[in-house]
Amino acid sequence: MFKDITIGQYYPADSLIHKLDPRVKFVGTLIYIISLFVFHTWGYVLGTVFLFSVIRLSKVPLGFMLRGLKAIWILLIFTMVLNLFLTQGTVVWQFGILHITREGIGTAAKMGIRLVYLIIGCSIMTLTTTPNKLTDAMESLFRPLRKVHVPVHEIAMMMSIALRFIPILMEETDKIKKAQMARGADFESGNVIQRVKAMVPILVPLFVSAFRRANDLALAMEARCYHGGDGRTQMRPLVYQSRDLAAYAVLLAYLAAAIVLRAVLHW
Amino acid sequence: MSIRLDHVTYTYSPGTAYEMHALKDVSLELPDGHFIGIIGHTGSGKSTLIQHLNGLMRPTSGHVYFNDEDIWGEKYDRRNLRFHVGLVFQYPEYQLFETDVITDVCFGPKNQGLSEEDRMKRAEEALRQVGVDESLFRKSPFELSGGQKRRVAIAGVLAMNPDVLVLDEPTAGLDPMGRDEILGTVAGLQKQRGITVVLVSHSMEDVAEYVDQLIVMNHGEKAFDAPPREVFSHYKELEKMGLAAPQMTYIMHALKERGLDVDVHATTIEEAEESILHALGRK
Repeated sequence: MFKDITIGQYYPADSLIHKLDPRVKFVGTLIYIISLFVFHTWGYVLGTVFLFSVIRLSKVPLGFMLRGLKAIWILLIFTMVLNLFLTQGTVVWQFGILHITREGIGTAAKMGIRLVYLIIGCSIMTLTTTPNKLTDAMESLFRPLRKVHVPVHEIAMMMSIALRFIPILMEETDKIKKAQMARGADFESGNVIQRVKAMVPILVPLFVSAFRRANDLALAMEARCYHGGDGRTQMRPLVYQSRDLAAYAVLLAYLAAAIVLRAVLHW
Repeated sequence: MSIRLDHVTYTYSPGTAYEMHALKDVSLELPDGHFIGIIGHTGSGKSTLIQHLNGLMRPTSGHVYFNDEDIWGEKYDRRNLRFHVGLVFQYPEYQLFETDVITDVCFGPKNQGLSEEDRMKRAEEALRQVGVDESLFRKSPFELSGGQKRRVAIAGVLAMNPDVLVLDEPTAGLDPMGRDEILGTVAGLQKQRGITVVLVSHSMEDVAEYVDQLIVMNHGEKAFDAPPREVFSHYKELEKMGLAAPQMTYIMHALKERGLDVDVHATTIEEAEESILHALGRK
Protein backbone atom coordinates (compact mmCIF):
# COMPACT_ATOMS: atom_id res chain seq x y z
CA MET A 1 0.00 0.00 0.00
CA PHE A 2 2.70 2.48 1.02
CA LYS A 3 5.04 1.43 -1.73
CA ASP A 4 2.89 3.19 -4.33
CA ILE A 5 3.35 6.67 -2.92
CA THR A 6 6.06 8.35 -4.98
CA ILE A 7 5.45 11.84 -3.67
CA GLY A 8 8.35 12.67 -1.42
CA GLN A 9 10.56 10.04 -3.03
CA TYR A 10 13.71 11.46 -4.47
CA TYR A 11 15.27 9.72 -7.46
CA PRO A 12 18.97 10.60 -7.65
CA ALA A 13 20.29 11.32 -11.13
CA ASP A 14 22.58 13.81 -12.82
CA SER A 15 20.30 15.84 -15.05
CA LEU A 16 19.46 19.41 -15.96
CA ILE A 17 16.13 19.17 -14.14
CA HIS A 18 17.84 17.93 -10.98
CA LYS A 19 20.23 20.85 -11.06
CA LEU A 20 17.57 23.53 -11.47
CA ASP A 21 16.84 25.82 -8.56
CA PRO A 22 14.00 24.25 -6.56
CA ARG A 23 12.07 27.53 -6.80
CA VAL A 24 12.03 27.20 -10.58
CA LYS A 25 10.68 23.68 -10.30
CA PHE A 26 8.03 24.74 -7.81
CA VAL A 27 6.86 27.66 -9.93
CA GLY A 28 7.13 25.47 -13.02
CA THR A 29 4.86 22.85 -11.49
CA LEU A 30 2.34 25.55 -10.62
CA ILE A 31 2.46 26.93 -14.15
CA TYR A 32 2.03 23.47 -15.55
CA ILE A 33 -1.02 22.81 -13.36
CA ILE A 34 -2.53 26.15 -14.42
CA SER A 35 -1.88 25.32 -18.07
CA LEU A 36 -3.72 22.02 -17.67
CA PHE A 37 -6.83 23.94 -16.68
CA VAL A 38 -6.37 26.52 -19.44
CA PHE A 39 -6.24 23.88 -22.16
CA HIS A 40 -9.53 23.04 -23.73
CA THR A 41 -9.07 20.55 -26.56
CA TRP A 42 -5.97 20.37 -28.74
CA GLY A 43 -3.96 22.34 -26.25
CA TYR A 44 -3.29 19.07 -24.47
CA VAL A 45 -0.94 18.15 -27.29
CA LEU A 46 1.27 21.04 -26.18
CA GLY A 47 0.92 19.88 -22.56
CA THR A 48 1.92 16.34 -23.53
CA VAL A 49 4.94 17.45 -25.54
CA PHE A 50 6.08 19.68 -22.69
CA LEU A 51 5.59 16.97 -20.07
CA PHE A 52 7.49 14.30 -21.98
CA SER A 53 10.33 16.66 -22.88
CA VAL A 54 10.80 17.41 -19.19
CA ILE A 55 10.65 13.69 -18.34
CA ARG A 56 13.34 13.01 -20.96
CA LEU A 57 15.50 15.79 -19.58
CA SER A 58 15.08 14.57 -15.99
CA LYS A 59 16.59 11.13 -16.76
CA VAL A 60 14.09 9.53 -14.37
CA PRO A 61 12.67 6.27 -15.79
CA LEU A 62 9.08 6.68 -16.98
CA GLY A 63 8.02 3.71 -14.87
CA PHE A 64 8.94 5.65 -11.74
CA MET A 65 6.72 8.53 -12.81
CA LEU A 66 3.78 6.28 -13.50
CA ARG A 67 4.10 4.53 -10.15
CA GLY A 68 2.57 7.60 -8.52
CA LEU A 69 -0.62 6.94 -10.45
CA LYS A 70 -1.26 3.67 -8.63
CA ALA A 71 -2.22 5.63 -5.54
CA ILE A 72 -4.97 7.57 -7.34
CA TRP A 73 -6.41 5.12 -9.84
CA ILE A 74 -9.61 4.63 -7.83
CA LEU A 75 -10.16 8.39 -7.72
CA LEU A 76 -9.33 8.55 -11.40
CA ILE A 77 -11.87 5.92 -12.42
CA PHE A 78 -14.48 7.41 -10.08
CA THR A 79 -14.07 10.88 -11.58
CA MET A 80 -14.14 9.61 -15.12
CA VAL A 81 -17.21 7.42 -14.60
CA LEU A 82 -19.16 10.21 -12.87
CA ASN A 83 -18.35 12.67 -15.64
CA LEU A 84 -19.14 10.10 -18.27
CA PHE A 85 -22.65 9.39 -16.98
CA LEU A 86 -23.73 12.63 -15.36
CA THR A 87 -22.93 15.23 -18.03
CA GLN A 88 -25.97 16.61 -19.91
CA GLY A 89 -25.90 17.01 -23.67
CA THR A 90 -26.31 15.06 -26.88
CA VAL A 91 -27.09 11.47 -25.93
CA VAL A 92 -25.08 8.88 -27.79
CA TRP A 93 -25.95 5.80 -25.68
CA GLN A 94 -28.76 5.11 -23.24
CA PHE A 95 -29.68 2.26 -20.92
CA GLY A 96 -32.51 2.89 -18.42
CA ILE A 97 -31.58 5.98 -16.46
CA LEU A 98 -27.94 5.68 -17.52
CA HIS A 99 -26.88 7.71 -20.47
CA ILE A 100 -23.64 8.75 -22.07
CA THR A 101 -23.44 12.04 -23.87
CA ARG A 102 -20.94 13.34 -26.37
CA GLU A 103 -20.04 16.08 -23.90
CA GLY A 104 -19.71 13.48 -21.16
CA ILE A 105 -17.08 11.57 -23.10
CA GLY A 106 -15.21 14.82 -23.72
CA THR A 107 -15.30 15.88 -20.06
CA ALA A 108 -14.36 12.42 -18.79
CA ALA A 109 -11.36 12.26 -21.11
CA LYS A 110 -10.32 15.78 -20.17
CA MET A 111 -10.62 15.08 -16.46
CA GLY A 112 -8.67 11.85 -16.84
CA ILE A 113 -5.87 13.58 -18.72
CA ARG A 114 -5.80 16.46 -16.25
CA LEU A 115 -5.56 14.19 -13.21
CA VAL A 116 -2.90 11.95 -14.72
CA TYR A 117 -0.78 14.88 -15.95
CA LEU A 118 -1.23 16.64 -12.64
CA ILE A 119 0.14 13.68 -10.71
CA ILE A 120 2.99 13.12 -13.16
CA GLY A 121 3.80 16.84 -13.12
CA CYS A 122 4.03 16.87 -9.33
CA SER A 123 5.99 13.59 -9.37
CA ILE A 124 8.62 15.18 -11.62
CA MET A 125 9.12 17.88 -9.03
CA THR A 126 9.37 15.53 -6.05
CA LEU A 127 11.45 12.90 -7.88
CA THR A 128 14.06 15.41 -8.97
CA THR A 129 14.16 17.59 -5.84
CA THR A 130 15.13 16.51 -2.37
CA PRO A 131 12.44 17.29 0.20
CA ASN A 132 14.81 19.67 1.95
CA LYS A 133 15.37 21.75 -1.16
CA LEU A 134 11.66 21.79 -1.83
CA THR A 135 10.82 23.22 1.55
CA ASP A 136 13.67 25.73 1.17
CA ALA A 137 12.05 26.82 -2.07
CA MET A 138 8.66 27.21 -0.45
CA GLU A 139 10.07 29.14 2.43
CA SER A 140 11.83 31.46 0.05
CA LEU A 141 8.83 31.90 -2.27
CA PHE A 142 6.34 32.54 0.52
CA ARG A 143 8.63 34.84 2.52
CA PRO A 144 6.59 37.94 1.61
CA LEU A 145 3.68 36.45 3.54
CA ARG A 146 5.60 37.03 6.75
CA LYS A 147 4.52 40.65 6.50
CA VAL A 148 0.96 39.53 7.21
CA HIS A 149 2.13 37.37 10.13
CA VAL A 150 2.07 34.00 8.41
CA PRO A 151 4.66 31.79 10.19
CA VAL A 152 6.35 30.84 6.92
CA HIS A 153 9.52 29.43 8.44
CA GLU A 154 7.64 27.33 10.98
CA ILE A 155 5.34 25.91 8.32
CA ALA A 156 8.32 25.09 6.10
CA MET A 157 10.10 23.44 9.01
CA MET A 158 7.05 21.38 9.86
CA MET A 159 6.76 20.30 6.25
CA SER A 160 10.37 19.27 5.98
CA ILE A 161 10.11 17.29 9.21
CA ALA A 162 6.91 15.63 8.05
CA LEU A 163 8.46 14.73 4.70
CA ARG A 164 11.59 13.45 6.40
CA PHE A 165 9.51 11.19 8.59
CA ILE A 166 7.54 9.56 5.78
CA PRO A 167 10.21 7.01 4.86
CA ILE A 168 11.12 6.46 8.52
CA LEU A 169 7.55 5.73 9.51
CA MET A 170 7.05 3.57 6.44
CA GLU A 171 10.05 1.49 7.37
CA GLU A 172 8.81 1.33 10.95
CA THR A 173 5.37 0.17 9.80
CA ASP A 174 6.99 -2.54 7.75
CA LYS A 175 9.07 -3.68 10.70
CA ILE A 176 6.15 -3.77 13.12
CA LYS A 177 3.99 -5.55 10.58
CA LYS A 178 6.61 -8.22 10.14
CA ALA A 179 7.09 -8.56 13.88
CA GLN A 180 3.37 -9.14 14.35
CA MET A 181 3.28 -11.53 11.39
CA ALA A 182 6.05 -13.46 13.11
CA ARG A 183 3.58 -13.87 15.98
CA GLY A 184 0.97 -15.22 13.61
CA ALA A 185 -0.97 -12.01 12.92
CA ASP A 186 -3.10 -12.28 9.81
CA PHE A 187 -3.73 -9.12 7.79
CA GLU A 188 -5.03 -10.70 4.64
CA SER A 189 -8.11 -12.77 5.47
CA GLY A 190 -11.44 -11.94 7.08
CA ASN A 191 -14.07 -9.30 6.42
CA VAL A 192 -13.58 -5.55 6.57
CA ILE A 193 -14.17 -5.27 10.33
CA GLN A 194 -11.74 -8.10 11.09
CA ARG A 195 -9.12 -6.52 8.87
CA VAL A 196 -9.49 -3.15 10.53
CA LYS A 197 -9.18 -4.84 13.92
CA ALA A 198 -6.07 -6.64 12.69
CA MET A 199 -4.47 -3.22 12.16
CA VAL A 200 -4.51 -2.41 15.90
CA PRO A 201 -1.30 -4.38 16.63
CA ILE A 202 0.41 -2.24 13.97
CA LEU A 203 -1.12 1.14 14.75
CA VAL A 204 -0.58 1.20 18.52
CA PRO A 205 3.20 0.57 18.35
CA LEU A 206 3.44 2.92 15.36
CA PHE A 207 1.83 5.80 17.26
CA VAL A 208 3.92 5.11 20.34
CA SER A 209 7.07 5.23 18.25
CA ALA A 210 5.98 8.34 16.32
CA PHE A 211 5.47 10.22 19.58
CA ARG A 212 8.77 8.95 20.92
CA ARG A 213 10.57 10.12 17.80
CA ALA A 214 8.85 13.50 17.87
CA ASN A 215 9.90 13.91 21.47
CA ASP A 216 13.50 12.97 20.75
CA LEU A 217 13.63 15.31 17.78
CA ALA A 218 12.23 18.24 19.74
CA LEU A 219 14.83 17.63 22.41
CA ALA A 220 17.63 17.41 19.85
CA MET A 221 16.51 20.66 18.22
CA GLU A 222 16.37 22.46 21.53
CA ALA A 223 19.77 21.08 22.48
CA ARG A 224 21.10 22.80 19.37
CA CYS A 225 19.43 26.06 20.33
CA TYR A 226 16.77 26.06 17.66
CA HIS A 227 14.50 29.04 18.24
CA GLY A 228 12.58 29.51 15.03
CA GLY A 229 13.32 31.38 11.84
CA ASP A 230 14.45 34.84 13.02
CA GLY A 231 18.05 35.52 12.12
CA ARG A 232 18.57 32.00 10.86
CA THR A 233 20.91 31.66 7.90
CA GLN A 234 21.24 28.80 5.47
CA MET A 235 24.20 26.60 4.74
CA ARG A 236 23.38 26.63 1.04
CA PRO A 237 21.37 29.76 0.25
CA LEU A 238 19.32 29.56 -2.93
CA VAL A 239 20.91 31.63 -5.68
CA TYR A 240 19.57 31.79 -9.23
CA GLN A 241 22.00 30.68 -11.96
CA SER A 242 21.70 31.58 -15.62
CA ARG A 243 20.11 28.21 -16.39
CA ASP A 244 17.37 28.99 -13.88
CA LEU A 245 16.56 32.25 -15.62
CA ALA A 246 16.50 30.43 -18.94
CA ALA A 247 14.11 27.90 -17.43
CA TYR A 248 11.85 30.71 -16.25
CA ALA A 249 11.84 32.09 -19.80
CA VAL A 250 10.84 28.69 -21.19
CA LEU A 251 8.08 28.39 -18.60
CA LEU A 252 6.71 31.85 -19.39
CA ALA A 253 6.79 31.09 -23.11
CA TYR A 254 4.93 27.86 -22.41
CA LEU A 255 2.28 29.64 -20.34
CA ALA A 256 1.90 32.35 -22.97
CA ALA A 257 1.52 29.72 -25.68
CA ALA A 258 -1.14 27.95 -23.62
CA ILE A 259 -3.10 31.17 -23.13
CA VAL A 260 -2.77 32.16 -26.78
CA LEU A 261 -3.93 28.74 -27.92
CA ARG A 262 -7.00 29.02 -25.73
CA ALA A 263 -7.88 32.68 -26.20
CA VAL A 264 -7.06 33.15 -29.86
CA LEU A 265 -7.41 29.73 -31.45
CA HIS A 266 -9.99 28.32 -28.97
CA TRP A 267 -8.10 25.02 -28.81
CA MET B 1 12.66 -29.69 12.72
CA SER B 2 15.73 -28.66 10.80
CA ILE B 3 15.89 -25.64 8.53
CA ARG B 4 17.90 -25.75 5.33
CA LEU B 5 18.71 -22.91 2.95
CA ASP B 6 19.65 -23.93 -0.54
CA HIS B 7 21.49 -21.35 -2.68
CA VAL B 8 19.39 -18.47 -1.40
CA THR B 9 19.87 -15.08 -3.03
CA TYR B 10 17.92 -11.99 -2.11
CA THR B 11 17.99 -8.72 -4.01
CA TYR B 12 16.41 -5.50 -2.76
CA SER B 13 14.56 -3.36 -5.35
CA PRO B 14 15.74 -5.34 -8.37
CA GLY B 15 15.94 -3.34 -11.57
CA THR B 16 16.09 0.12 -9.98
CA ALA B 17 18.79 2.56 -8.96
CA TYR B 18 18.53 1.20 -5.43
CA GLU B 19 19.26 -2.43 -6.38
CA MET B 20 21.27 -4.21 -3.71
CA HIS B 21 22.20 -7.83 -3.19
CA ALA B 22 21.51 -8.52 0.46
CA LEU B 23 22.19 -12.25 0.22
CA LYS B 24 24.36 -13.99 -2.33
CA ASP B 25 24.04 -17.71 -2.85
CA VAL B 26 23.76 -18.70 0.81
CA SER B 27 23.41 -22.39 1.65
CA LEU B 28 23.30 -23.60 5.21
CA GLU B 29 21.71 -26.03 7.58
CA LEU B 30 20.43 -25.38 11.09
CA PRO B 31 20.22 -28.78 12.77
CA ASP B 32 17.83 -29.67 15.61
CA GLY B 33 18.52 -28.67 19.17
CA HIS B 34 21.65 -26.69 18.41
CA PHE B 35 22.56 -23.25 19.66
CA ILE B 36 23.61 -21.40 16.54
CA GLY B 37 25.18 -17.96 16.28
CA ILE B 38 25.01 -15.71 13.25
CA ILE B 39 27.52 -12.94 13.25
CA GLY B 40 28.47 -10.17 10.86
CA HIS B 41 28.98 -6.44 10.78
CA THR B 42 26.12 -4.02 10.12
CA GLY B 43 24.68 -4.54 6.65
CA SER B 44 26.19 -8.00 6.17
CA GLY B 45 22.78 -9.55 5.54
CA LYS B 46 22.12 -11.09 8.96
CA SER B 47 18.67 -9.61 9.40
CA THR B 48 17.69 -10.42 5.84
CA LEU B 49 18.90 -13.96 6.34
CA ILE B 50 16.80 -14.66 9.41
CA GLN B 51 13.65 -13.29 7.81
CA HIS B 52 13.99 -16.07 5.28
CA LEU B 53 13.85 -18.67 8.05
CA ASN B 54 10.16 -18.13 8.78
CA GLY B 55 8.99 -17.08 5.35
CA LEU B 56 8.71 -13.32 5.96
CA MET B 57 10.96 -12.75 2.98
CA ARG B 58 10.87 -14.68 -0.23
CA PRO B 59 14.22 -15.53 -1.78
CA THR B 60 14.80 -13.92 -5.17
CA SER B 61 16.26 -17.29 -6.11
CA GLY B 62 16.97 -20.49 -4.21
CA HIS B 63 14.91 -22.51 -1.74
CA VAL B 64 14.20 -22.67 1.98
CA TYR B 65 13.27 -26.02 3.49
CA PHE B 66 11.68 -26.67 6.87
CA ASN B 67 11.57 -30.39 7.68
CA ASP B 68 12.48 -31.05 4.05
CA GLU B 69 9.43 -29.18 2.79
CA ASP B 70 9.89 -26.17 0.54
CA ILE B 71 8.26 -23.30 2.45
CA TRP B 72 7.52 -21.49 -0.81
CA GLY B 73 5.83 -24.58 -2.22
CA GLU B 74 2.37 -24.01 -3.61
CA LYS B 75 0.25 -25.20 -0.72
CA TYR B 76 2.63 -24.55 2.15
CA ASP B 77 1.05 -22.85 5.17
CA ARG B 78 3.57 -20.15 6.02
CA ARG B 79 1.47 -18.70 8.82
CA ASN B 80 1.66 -22.06 10.57
CA LEU B 81 5.41 -22.16 9.92
CA ARG B 82 5.78 -18.96 11.95
CA PHE B 83 4.44 -20.74 15.03
CA HIS B 84 7.20 -23.32 14.66
CA VAL B 85 9.97 -20.86 13.86
CA GLY B 86 9.59 -18.05 16.40
CA LEU B 87 11.34 -14.89 15.34
CA VAL B 88 12.20 -12.12 17.80
CA PHE B 89 13.11 -8.94 15.94
CA GLN B 90 15.63 -6.36 16.97
CA TYR B 91 14.20 -4.02 19.62
CA PRO B 92 11.16 -6.28 20.02
CA GLU B 93 9.77 -4.04 22.76
CA TYR B 94 8.51 -1.71 20.02
CA GLN B 95 5.96 -4.29 18.95
CA LEU B 96 4.05 -4.36 22.26
CA PHE B 97 0.54 -3.02 21.88
CA GLU B 98 -1.89 -4.58 24.36
CA THR B 99 -3.30 -3.00 27.50
CA ASP B 100 -1.50 -5.38 29.82
CA VAL B 101 1.55 -7.61 29.71
CA ILE B 102 -0.16 -10.98 29.82
CA THR B 103 -2.69 -10.15 27.08
CA ASP B 104 0.18 -9.07 24.86
CA VAL B 105 2.01 -12.33 25.40
CA CYS B 106 -1.28 -14.14 24.59
CA PHE B 107 -1.36 -12.55 21.12
CA GLY B 108 0.70 -15.31 19.50
CA PRO B 109 -1.12 -18.23 21.15
CA LYS B 110 -4.44 -16.53 20.30
CA ASN B 111 -3.43 -16.44 16.65
CA GLN B 112 -2.64 -20.14 16.95
CA GLY B 113 -6.28 -20.66 17.88
CA LEU B 114 -5.73 -21.86 21.45
CA SER B 115 -8.46 -21.61 24.08
CA GLU B 116 -8.42 -18.79 26.62
CA GLU B 117 -7.27 -21.18 29.34
CA ASP B 118 -4.41 -22.66 27.29
CA ARG B 119 -3.30 -19.22 26.19
CA MET B 120 -3.02 -18.01 29.75
CA LYS B 121 -1.11 -21.11 30.77
CA ARG B 122 1.33 -20.66 27.90
CA ALA B 123 1.74 -16.95 28.57
CA GLU B 124 2.35 -17.41 32.29
CA GLU B 125 4.87 -20.15 31.62
CA ALA B 126 6.73 -18.08 29.02
CA LEU B 127 6.79 -14.98 31.21
CA ARG B 128 8.10 -16.96 34.15
CA GLN B 129 10.81 -18.55 32.01
CA VAL B 130 12.13 -15.19 30.86
CA GLY B 131 12.06 -13.96 34.47
CA VAL B 132 9.15 -11.53 34.48
CA ASP B 133 7.65 -11.26 37.94
CA GLU B 134 3.98 -12.14 38.41
CA SER B 135 3.29 -8.71 39.89
CA LEU B 136 3.89 -7.20 36.43
CA PHE B 137 1.46 -9.46 34.53
CA ARG B 138 -1.43 -7.01 34.77
CA LYS B 139 0.60 -3.86 34.21
CA SER B 140 0.63 -1.93 30.96
CA PRO B 141 3.68 -2.95 28.92
CA PHE B 142 4.45 0.74 28.46
CA GLU B 143 5.04 1.17 32.19
CA LEU B 144 7.91 -1.32 32.27
CA SER B 145 11.61 -0.64 32.01
CA GLY B 146 13.44 -1.28 28.75
CA GLY B 147 14.89 -4.62 29.86
CA GLN B 148 11.55 -5.83 31.20
CA LYS B 149 9.78 -4.83 27.98
CA ARG B 150 12.26 -6.84 26.01
CA ARG B 151 11.66 -9.88 28.19
CA VAL B 152 7.93 -9.52 27.69
CA ALA B 153 8.41 -9.29 23.94
CA ILE B 154 10.59 -12.40 23.92
CA ALA B 155 7.96 -14.18 26.02
CA GLY B 156 5.42 -13.16 23.37
CA VAL B 157 7.24 -15.30 20.84
CA LEU B 158 8.16 -18.04 23.30
CA ALA B 159 4.50 -18.51 24.27
CA MET B 160 3.84 -19.95 20.82
CA ASN B 161 6.05 -22.90 21.85
CA PRO B 162 8.28 -22.65 18.78
CA ASP B 163 10.66 -25.48 17.87
CA VAL B 164 13.17 -22.94 16.65
CA LEU B 165 13.74 -19.60 18.35
CA VAL B 166 15.47 -16.93 16.31
CA LEU B 167 16.66 -13.79 18.10
CA ASP B 168 17.95 -10.75 16.22
CA GLU B 169 20.44 -8.95 18.48
CA PRO B 170 18.42 -9.49 21.64
CA THR B 171 21.00 -7.61 23.70
CA ALA B 172 21.20 -4.42 21.61
CA GLY B 173 20.98 -1.34 23.81
CA LEU B 174 21.06 -3.23 27.11
CA ASP B 175 23.60 -2.68 29.86
CA PRO B 176 26.13 -5.49 30.55
CA MET B 177 23.99 -6.94 33.32
CA GLY B 178 20.84 -6.93 31.20
CA ARG B 179 22.83 -8.50 28.40
CA ASP B 180 24.12 -11.35 30.54
CA GLU B 181 20.65 -11.93 31.96
CA ILE B 182 18.97 -12.15 28.58
CA LEU B 183 21.64 -14.41 27.10
CA GLY B 184 21.67 -16.58 30.20
CA THR B 185 17.90 -16.90 30.01
CA VAL B 186 18.04 -17.85 26.35
CA ALA B 187 20.77 -20.42 26.95
CA GLY B 188 18.75 -21.85 29.84
CA LEU B 189 15.66 -22.08 27.67
CA GLN B 190 17.56 -23.85 24.97
CA LYS B 191 18.66 -26.56 27.41
CA GLN B 192 15.34 -26.73 29.24
CA ARG B 193 13.09 -26.89 26.19
CA GLY B 194 15.58 -28.61 23.90
CA ILE B 195 14.76 -26.17 21.13
CA THR B 196 17.00 -24.84 18.41
CA VAL B 197 18.16 -21.30 19.10
CA VAL B 198 19.56 -18.97 16.47
CA LEU B 199 21.26 -15.94 17.96
CA VAL B 200 22.16 -13.01 15.75
CA SER B 201 24.78 -10.70 17.13
CA HIS B 202 27.77 -8.65 16.21
CA SER B 203 29.54 -9.25 19.47
CA MET B 204 31.89 -12.20 19.45
CA GLU B 205 31.95 -12.24 23.24
CA ASP B 206 28.19 -12.79 23.29
CA VAL B 207 28.22 -15.79 21.04
CA ALA B 208 31.54 -17.31 22.11
CA GLU B 209 30.11 -18.34 25.42
CA TYR B 210 26.99 -20.12 24.25
CA VAL B 211 26.86 -21.32 20.67
CA ASP B 212 27.95 -24.63 19.20
CA GLN B 213 27.79 -23.53 15.60
CA LEU B 214 28.82 -20.14 14.30
CA ILE B 215 27.89 -18.68 10.94
CA VAL B 216 29.79 -15.58 9.84
CA MET B 217 28.18 -13.36 7.23
CA ASN B 218 30.16 -10.90 5.14
CA HIS B 219 28.67 -8.72 2.38
CA GLY B 220 25.70 -11.03 1.97
CA GLU B 221 27.82 -14.14 1.69
CA LYS B 222 28.48 -16.91 4.16
CA ALA B 223 32.13 -16.54 5.13
CA PHE B 224 32.40 -19.25 7.80
CA ASP B 225 30.15 -21.95 9.15
CA ALA B 226 31.87 -23.99 11.84
CA PRO B 227 32.17 -24.46 15.60
CA PRO B 228 33.22 -21.14 17.21
CA ARG B 229 36.74 -22.28 18.11
CA GLU B 230 37.47 -23.06 14.52
CA VAL B 231 36.01 -19.76 13.34
CA PHE B 232 38.02 -17.77 15.89
CA SER B 233 41.26 -19.36 14.73
CA HIS B 234 40.70 -17.33 11.55
CA TYR B 235 40.82 -14.18 13.61
CA LYS B 236 42.94 -12.34 11.09
CA GLU B 237 40.36 -12.86 8.35
CA LEU B 238 37.62 -11.85 10.77
CA GLU B 239 39.38 -8.56 11.33
CA LYS B 240 39.38 -7.88 7.62
CA MET B 241 35.60 -8.25 7.72
CA GLY B 242 35.31 -5.61 10.39
CA LEU B 243 34.81 -8.21 13.10
CA ALA B 244 37.06 -9.39 15.85
CA ALA B 245 37.62 -12.61 17.70
CA PRO B 246 36.89 -12.56 21.45
CA GLN B 247 39.56 -10.74 23.42
CA MET B 248 40.68 -14.04 24.98
CA THR B 249 41.72 -15.32 21.56
CA TYR B 250 44.12 -12.41 21.21
CA ILE B 251 45.52 -12.82 24.72
CA MET B 252 46.04 -16.54 24.24
CA HIS B 253 47.75 -16.06 20.91
CA ALA B 254 50.01 -13.40 22.40
CA LEU B 255 50.90 -15.67 25.32
CA LYS B 256 51.65 -18.54 22.97
CA GLU B 257 53.95 -16.31 20.89
CA ARG B 258 55.90 -15.42 24.02
CA GLY B 259 56.47 -19.08 24.71
CA LEU B 260 53.73 -20.02 27.17
CA ASP B 261 52.16 -23.31 26.18
CA VAL B 262 48.48 -22.36 26.37
CA ASP B 263 45.45 -23.49 24.40
CA VAL B 264 44.80 -20.81 21.78
CA HIS B 265 41.26 -22.08 21.30
CA ALA B 266 40.13 -20.86 24.70
CA THR B 267 37.47 -18.22 24.14
CA THR B 268 35.88 -17.53 27.49
CA ILE B 269 37.58 -16.10 30.54
CA GLU B 270 37.03 -19.35 32.44
CA GLU B 271 38.65 -21.49 29.76
CA ALA B 272 41.53 -19.07 29.46
CA GLU B 273 42.09 -19.03 33.19
CA GLU B 274 42.24 -22.81 33.33
CA SER B 275 44.56 -23.06 30.39
CA ILE B 276 46.95 -20.41 31.73
CA LEU B 277 47.05 -21.97 35.18
CA HIS B 278 47.67 -25.33 33.57
CA ALA B 279 50.53 -23.97 31.48
CA LEU B 280 52.08 -22.37 34.53
CA GLY B 281 51.98 -25.72 36.24
CA ARG B 282 49.66 -24.63 39.04
CA LYS B 283 47.01 -27.22 38.31
